[in-house]
Amino acid sequence: MPSKPLLNVENLEQHFPIKGGFLGRTVNHVKAVDGITFSIDKGETVAVVGESGCGKSTTGRAILRLDEPTAGKVEFEGQDVLAMSKDEMRKMRKDMQIIFQDPYASLNPRKTVRQTLWEAMDIQKVVPRKERNNRIIELMETVGLQKHQIDRYPHEFSGGQRQRIGIARALSVNPKLIICDEAVSALDVSIQAQVLNLLKRLQRELGLTYLFISHDLGVVRHIADRIIVMYLGKIVEVGDTESIFENPQHPYTKALLSAIPVPDPRKKAQRIFLRGDVPSPIDPPTGCRFHTRCPFATDYCRTEQPVLEQKDTETEGFHNVACHYALDIQRGKHDPQYEMYNVREILDEEGEDAATEDKAEYTKTEK
Amino acid sequence: MSEEMILDIQDLRTSFFVDSNEVKAVDGVTFQVPKGKTLGIVGESGSGKSISALSVLRLIESPGEIIGGSIKYKGEDLTKVKNSRMRQIRGNEISMIFQEPMTSLNPTFTIGQQLRESYKIHEGLGKKAGTKRAIEMLELVGIPSPEKRVNQYPFELSGGMRQRVMIAMALACKPELLIADEPTTALDVTIQAQILELIKELQEEIGMSVVMITHDLGVVAETCDYVAVMYAGKVVEFADVYTLFENPKHPYTVGLLNSLPRHDKAQDELIPIKGNVPAPNEMPSGCRFAPRCPFASDICNTLPELEVQEDGNEVRCWIHTEQWDGDKEVQLNAK
Repeated sequence: MPSKPLLNVENLEQHFPIKGGFLGRTVNHVKAVDGITFSIDKGETVAVVGESGCGKSTTGRAILRLDEPTAGKVEFEGQDVLAMSKDEMRKMRKDMQIIFQDPYASLNPRKTVRQTLWEAMDIQKVVPRKERNNRIIELMETVGLQKHQIDRYPHEFSGGQRQRIGIARALSVNPKLIICDEAVSALDVSIQAQVLNLLKRLQRELGLTYLFISHDLGVVRHIADRIIVMYLGKIVEVGDTESIFENPQHPYTKALLSAIPVPDPRKKAQRIFLRGDVPSPIDPPTGCRFHTRCPFATDYCRTEQPVLEQKDTETEGFHNVACHYALDIQRGKHDPQYEMYNVREILDEEGEDAATEDKAEYTKTEK
Repeated sequence: MSEEMILDIQDLRTSFFVDSNEVKAVDGVTFQVPKGKTLGIVGESGSGKSISALSVLRLIESPGEIIGGSIKYKGEDLTKVKNSRMRQIRGNEISMIFQEPMTSLNPTFTIGQQLRESYKIHEGLGKKAGTKRAIEMLELVGIPSPEKRVNQYPFELSGGMRQRVMIAMALACKPELLIADEPTTALDVTIQAQILELIKELQEEIGMSVVMITHDLGVVAETCDYVAVMYAGKVVEFADVYTLFENPKHPYTVGLLNSLPRHDKAQDELIPIKGNVPAPNEMPSGCRFAPRCPFASDICNTLPELEVQEDGNEVRCWIHTEQWDGDKEVQLNAK
């Protein structure tokens, strides 16, 4: 990369302790984020996608130190964020803001729009007091709220409008990076489109950088330049948006994309059904974490952890994948170990597996 | 449509009476469900889609009330039948699945106990026979090792697993009509795919009809035969699924499709619908969508009727009537 990235995350790790037992000692850890590395350039939008429990929200919170990460490095404009004192960190947050999913829960119900935005500016000491009222009105106009709504309370606004207040609050301190944690997920499509267009326009006008956390791949395709796909605390695939959508290389990404219903009744995608549920992040599988559900997994996958690297050298641009067989699958040299398109067969097989497990358990206790 | 209708709703009105105000949640809704087919009801929050469904099963609680219209289930008007008959129908002939599998299951009873309850009520099965049926049902919905699961509590199951239990429960008595209210909204896409596939398969197996309530147009395209689009308590468009996606007529439907970010193709820009859904007390007297509609003109101050079009579909919009003298082009965003 030619210039220095705005945000650089290295081997970030977030293990939450599980307390238990008689003395309330830490008995185990939830490995929510388990060593991830990525960087974001200025003016770019990077999306983190994955299913619930994959660690995408935890990543956003760890970067801002809303939860203290257990290990790793976070650099913002070359400064080590994790080494900062509380005071320095508060100043730092002027540059890094976050918009949460739930606009209902993230606004103080007893503060008007004016008070909410004023408070944010007060804490960061950004705009001189005299000019604040004008700046608040300007911000409201920027996000599409009306001037006369300035003294209204959150409950007087609709969901989409509240999300706009959240955006205005984030913008009020002139940040460089905004982390959008499922920022449009709770909104109806027609309103969601309004907010997405707003975010895009603000990026163009103010040169903002976004880390966009979402589970909705339609939204992500629309807004992101680059996409990080996470599974169980690890990055399984990362690349330019078009490359991820047009040429997904990791079996998990493929399954994820094939699972989304297409809003076109004539397009029936051939769907890869995954077996079972996501394993527990307390005791993640060895080797490749996806091997328990991967139709292509072999014994090698069960023991060897794959490295995140560029496999397909013909791909233009940037596209890394963490799968031993990514290339072989693409070239048709590595076949799935079982039927992966028929959900019925998969469910039946699962049932049989569970039955044999039960039997084994039963005979063990018998002895 | 010449098919046999299992459910025929005419001019249904359900209102909530709060502080001497009437909030018209469902305001004259009309639609039919053909036997063995799936009808999708789409709309955004507050459009009245869930209340319509709850009205069918007469599950509207005070201060809400069904104040007009008819709900004919196989010719029988559900708004008029006795409570005892309604109890026979619920769960036995018409069943419902809800969005939140965690809050819809009772956390203090095992899966087996909850499944057995419906067999006891509707078929008078005892504990032993009930458990046997429960295990069969869990197996049908693809729950691994049902013998073990039947004795577990809801908290011991994952979200997808719980939704499958809900489906097992809804299908316990092989209903003729299943109402699924956002059955997969709380689930991850990979699990959603499994659940939708499961509903489709079971539908074929026991020949039931389905009403699928959702805000996700992808789910609609995938599972439904017919679609009713609702806006502010009214059906604005009723069409078969192909027509709806390829030749939408109501400006609201067009707006929804234009504002949908797609994962299956690259788009330049989304075209959102401007403004917000009007609050119930600020509802316009004419077309409900007029304040947000880019085509609205004076005539829209009068409420249009749901009118049958040349292709047999129904639209509630002045543009598609003879009274309209403006441009008739309501175009889908160029693909």
